[in-house]
Amino acid sequence: MTRARVLIRPKEGILDPQGQAVERALPALGFEGVTNVRVGRLVELEVEDTSQVRAMCERLLANPLIEDYEVHVVENAGSPA
Amino acid sequence: MRFGVIRFPGSCDEVDALMACERFGEAELLWHADPDLRGVDAVIIPGGFSYGDYLRAGAIARFAPAMESVGEFALRGGPVLGICNGFQVLCEAGLLPGALLTNESTRFVCRQVQLEVVNRDTPFTRACEKDEPLSIPVKHTTGRYYAPESALDELEAHGQVVLRYAEGQNPNGSMRDIAGICNSQKNVMGLMPHPEHAVDPLTGSDSGGRLFASLAAHVGELLAAA
Repeated sequence: MTRARVLIRPKEGILDPQGQAVERALPALGFEGVTNVRVGRLVELEVEDTSQVRAMCERLLANPLIEDYEVHVVENAGSPA
Repeated sequence: MRFGVIRFPGSCDEVDALMACERFGEAELLWHADPDLRGVDAVIIPGGFSYGDYLRAGAIARFAPAMESVGEFALRGGPVLGICNGFQVLCEAGLLPGALLTNESTRFVCRQVQLEVVNRDTPFTRACEKDEPLSIPVKHTTGRYYAPESALDELEAHGQVVLRYAEGQNPNGSMRDIAGICNSQKNVMGLMPHPEHAVDPLTGSDSGGRLFASLAAHVGELLAAA
């Protein structure tokens, strides 16, 4: 099995109110100079065939109309028996 | 005529939808895991949190066996109305264009809104009076309608924007104040407001009933012609 990590974020140009709320909250804690905060999702999965992960993203994990995604193959999760 | 209201795990407005439908025809609940739509004449996808809204609202529900049948039903011209979570499900299923995003305020919003009926020439709005706004409640966190600008132009050009929030009443930041749209064949509609909660003057308004009355009239006409 191989571990894959899928990063999903709102597409460029789409208003991300969650990111904006975080961006507004940071200065209140004394963190200055933070801009362009975007909040997305991380999906981790172990798969036999990493070539299928992009199709999984297109059909379920992401909504390609509103979200961009990146697939990262991380490591071999375990050696085959 | 007979309405079918699909119940998913996590639905919460299916009984109100059922009772609203029963004012205008017969109605029964359908189960998400059952692909048999039992010969109903119109399908309602109700509000709630189908499958816990996991991943994205409506993302999992679209794969329910009943939804596959709804896709075929819609392809044959059968009328399908998605309310709130149902709208999200129809967008995720690709039966309607666009997507619903988190409200601009990031907050849950629950209030009565006035709606402009932009297109009265649909199976869902034909019983609406000219220039009569609808007064219907919204209650959602994920109701900001989004579609690319070119798609929005196309929706407007083809009369697919069915309902708009009245000026100054957009509760969620939806693009172009869109509250409800339909597909190009005009037999699939989705809206964020809850017409099933506005069918009795006791609760402040009965103008949500126009949508169910429209569907009943539309189906009645089809059945009479058959």
